[in-house]
Amino acid sequence: MARSARLAEGGRIDRSKSVRFKFNGESYQGFKGDTLASALLANDVHLIGRSFKYHRPRGIMTAGSEEPNALVQLGEGARTEPNIRATQIEIFEGLTARSQNCWPSVGFDIGAVNSVLSRYLPAGFYYKTFMWPASLWLTYERFIRKAAGLGQAPTEPDPDRYAQHHAHCDVLIAGGGPAGLAAALAAGRSGARVILADEQNEFGGSLLSDAEAEIDGAPALAWVGAALEELRALPEVTILSRTTVTGYYDHNFLTAVERVTDHLDPDAAPPNTPRQRFWKIRAKQTVLAQGAIERPLVFAENDRPGVMLASAVAAYIQRYGVLPGREIVVFTNNDSAYATARLAARAGARVHLVDAREQPPGPLLAEMAALGVETHLGCGVVGVSGTKAIHGVDIAKLTEDEKGLAGPPLQVSADLIAMSGGWNPTVHLFSQSRGTLRYDETLASFVPDKTPQKARCAGSGNGAMMLAECLREGFEAGAAAARDAGFTVETPESPDAPALLDSPPRQIWTVPTVHPLGQGKRKHFLDHQNDVTAADVHLAAREGYLSVEHLKRYTTTGMGTDQGKTSNINALAILSEIRAADIPSVGTTTFRPPYTPAGFGAMSGQAVKDLFEPERGTPMHPWHLANGAVFEDVGDWKRPRYFPRDGEDMHAAVQRECRQVRETVGIMDASTLGKIDIQGKDSGRLLDLVYTNLFSSLKPGRIRYGLMLNEHGMIFDDGVTTCLGVNHYHMNTTTGGAARVLNWLEEWLQTEYPDWEVYCTSVTEQWAVATLSGPKARDVLLAVAPEMALDSDSFSFMTMREGVVAGIPARVFRVSFTGDLSYEINVPARYGRALWEALMAAGAPYAITPYGTESMHVLRAEKGFIIVGQDTDGSVTPRDMGMDWIVSKKKEDFIGKRSFARPDTAREGRKQLVGLLTEDPTFVLPEGAHLVSAVNPAPPMPMIGHVSSSYMSPNVGRSIALGLVKDGRNLMGRQFQVPLMSGRVETVTITEPVFFDKDGERSRG
Amino acid sequence: MLQITCPWCGPRDAVEFHCHGEAHIARPEKPHEISDAEWGDYIFFRKNPKGVHFERWTHDAGCRRWFNAIRNTVTDAFIATYAPTDPIPEIPTDDQGDA
Repeated sequence: MARSARLAEGGRIDRSKSVRFKFNGESYQGFKGDTLASALLANDVHLIGRSFKYHRPRGIMTAGSEEPNALVQLGEGARTEPNIRATQIEIFEGLTARSQNCWPSVGFDIGAVNSVLSRYLPAGFYYKTFMWPASLWLTYERFIRKAAGLGQAPTEPDPDRYAQHHAHCDVLIAGGGPAGLAAALAAGRSGARVILADEQNEFGGSLLSDAEAEIDGAPALAWVGAALEELRALPEVTILSRTTVTGYYDHNFLTAVERVTDHLDPDAAPPNTPRQRFWKIRAKQTVLAQGAIERPLVFAENDRPGVMLASAVAAYIQRYGVLPGREIVVFTNNDSAYATARLAARAGARVHLVDAREQPPGPLLAEMAALGVETHLGCGVVGVSGTKAIHGVDIAKLTEDEKGLAGPPLQVSADLIAMSGGWNPTVHLFSQSRGTLRYDETLASFVPDKTPQKARCAGSGNGAMMLAECLREGFEAGAAAARDAGFTVETPESPDAPALLDSPPRQIWTVPTVHPLGQGKRKHFLDHQNDVTAADVHLAAREGYLSVEHLKRYTTTGMGTDQGKTSNINALAILSEIRAADIPSVGTTTFRPPYTPAGFGAMSGQAVKDLFEPERGTPMHPWHLANGAVFEDVGDWKRPRYFPRDGEDMHAAVQRECRQVRETVGIMDASTLGKIDIQGKDSGRLLDLVYTNLFSSLKPGRIRYGLMLNEHGMIFDDGVTTCLGVNHYHMNTTTGGAARVLNWLEEWLQTEYPDWEVYCTSVTEQWAVATLSGPKARDVLLAVAPEMALDSDSFSFMTMREGVVAGIPARVFRVSFTGDLSYEINVPARYGRALWEALMAAGAPYAITPYGTESMHVLRAEKGFIIVGQDTDGSVTPRDMGMDWIVSKKKEDFIGKRSFARPDTAREGRKQLVGLLTEDPTFVLPEGAHLVSAVNPAPPMPMIGHVSSSYMSPNVGRSIALGLVKDGRNLMGRQFQVPLMSGRVETVTITEPVFFDKDGERSRG
Repeated sequence: MLQITCPWCGPRDAVEFHCHGEAHIARPEKPHEISDAEWGDYIFFRKNPKGVHFERWTHDAGCRRWFNAIRNTVTDAFIATYAPTDPIPEIPTDDQGDA
């Protein structure tokens, strides 16, 4: 058992509540309030995982959501989750986690051979190596994913539930540190609706790790407590802890992930509570108070387990009561890390302080001397001994130009390095809001400048690094945001907080080592998550990737789940040194949402499984289900595709259904056809505008087929329209085109002809439709509608009659899409199933068969009837379809007419609809197959057309097909070749596109 | 997500709307009397400005009505929305929807 690094006292952990958890199969003990990272450090576990590319041993670098290294696979089975930052997981009894990216174990990792081979794995390695042949890329990629990878996705369905919450507020505040709390107080006091969100389990931000901070002469956390108490009493203020504002989108739309029960044992979580809640927030104003992240120093071997940010070491000591090392080297270029040295020394560690500066402030040096801290001024850490743990640190004097060592390195015994390269304001959300950044020379970092959105920044995220400034900026931003949201409020007076020393840093972007960069074994890591080194940036620059955007893609620095939280500025700075340009002119890349990874579960919410997408069923749907229908999706509709009987496959069922319709009678559910009720004195005018043929002359009770074109003259829908009475029409559209056609009519009425009086109403769902089709259709209908005159003189083809069918008031349309005698019987939707069952009973003597969309397709293809969207594709005119007969010569204008005269639309030789018969009558061409005049040994071959519809027709007794062929109508009887994927070449003959009942007698009889 | 103010329903999320491109393109009254070039201009050619743009929108998941909008294509700021039959609003000189 390793030693305990837990301090005897201190921290915000609850020492009365012991928590047991497992890491890599070993059992450990921590306390309630620990993160996985703090509990592992307390147990002296520093080696957490292996790195992405080189599989180098990695430990814990930070104490927050910026962690690039300590990513673990959390949980088991269906609940396992990869790439979770150990620094953010609150431990609970029974938690399990394991290292990822290593095999067979984190201590002995076969992939670490990549580290030895690193000379051959430079920046852009994947681009350089895995380029050609493209066909091998899939093989390469599988290998890379397995070798690199970042954890494993669960393979079982997610057992947890997730919720979504839409919210509107006056002021959204991202970040609950001193600035965010001050902003919430100022805005909340105005009565504004405020949402205050913080990613941590407790509010206070940096103050949680700073036991020495004071506000108005009292401990700062007392001020935090009072602020929270006041905020909780304000009814319009919503306080969300464990909630990360992940994205800032257009028009002040933000998303946040609330981890509701992630800190609890999933088996003991409260019932009826979602695991996570995804917030979609529209905020009138925002205050971004995300704080700042400490900048790592780029020195040799700075990725070893035990190299941490100085502020993280301070956080482990003060917030978690853990001293992560006993011999600590603090390496800094600024004043802030002296606090860490002080805390570590007081906690009992032996401390060396290495300051790159020659002359740090005297008071700090005096304090270090008093604490027994050995200081090394004008020095840097130039090497680290140890791979899975640190056991020594090389310290050397740096030359004035910072490029080399001014003396031989001194090795000191150490097990931890606490580094500080300054502070980067967290500008991620501001950047996502399309905000531009400004370079601050003093901070050597970017700060928010301008945003087109209603956002303000406050606190250290805005570059204000002192506590008093954070509070003042928070109060001002909160009050101003409330005022801009329409509330009246005074800016509260800001409390006092003592200022700390803040003398100028010595910015060394790459700390030299004993050998030139990239020429020895020691690596300077920039982006720990993506394994990008300083040498990689130099290499990329040498190869010409000098733009910051190119650098990012080529080296992958700043990409991945941490979005460059710790690496970005260092990479930019090194690039700017190489280019001998200042950092602002080099520029910066854009931070992308989410701020920290958000699970698909939370984003999907309840929209999974049956609730993923709405489904539409007709009133007859339950009958179809009960009678074994196989369904297909047509838009949102579930339509029966065929009705198999015992042992039938689709082919057998469809052949039987098609034969039965032609022999006696079949019945189809046509309820999904689009139906639009059109009324008003200008209805006929509208129909004449949108259809190619004349409708205003249609008499009540008569039906006409129509084609609709767009202004390009291309077919975009077809259907029949019936005149119900004076200025009253019933329009049928295709099932898929219902919404599109209604919008089309509305577009013309609302935008171009608002003075026309026409009312269009969708009635698709108001009517259930059963279509009887076949020679016995009349007999079946007569049996249930004895009072209707059905003889052809009284009720002729293309007319509509109202009457009573099976005791139900009905509109019966005598139209035909099968080419056989057909009646489309429309009844109010709620009678749909009753009608269907009555027709099935009446049809029994004729062996009536229900048939689905597949048989409908075969039957209509036998007749050469087109399906818009299958035989047309948006580039097909009525003339191309051989449907000149439906284009009015008399009408001066209709939509699309003018385009017929355009040279390309009018030219000869366009693709035209023809029939295609295969040489082998048993062979069914695949739809989409291409016709060529001659088969070459290899592509390309000039293509003259394609197959659009193709079926085995039982009624024609062979396979049939429709296709679009260049100049097809002049090629009747000619033969062409259809080369297929299988290697087979089929010969086809061009024919008329009608295969059955060419005179059309059957539908009129 | 953009927030768009429907002239009839008020501010709503962009998922309820569809954009239909440039506004104020009248259909030629006598299509057969104009040249192919003029007709081609009507059906194919659209402005694609960087900055202030006049567009047609529909509130599909709401009142299903068409309206026009003035949007700055750089900032996505909506300067005005108005009914198809309304006159084109004057754009205030101090509000080009700039950042």
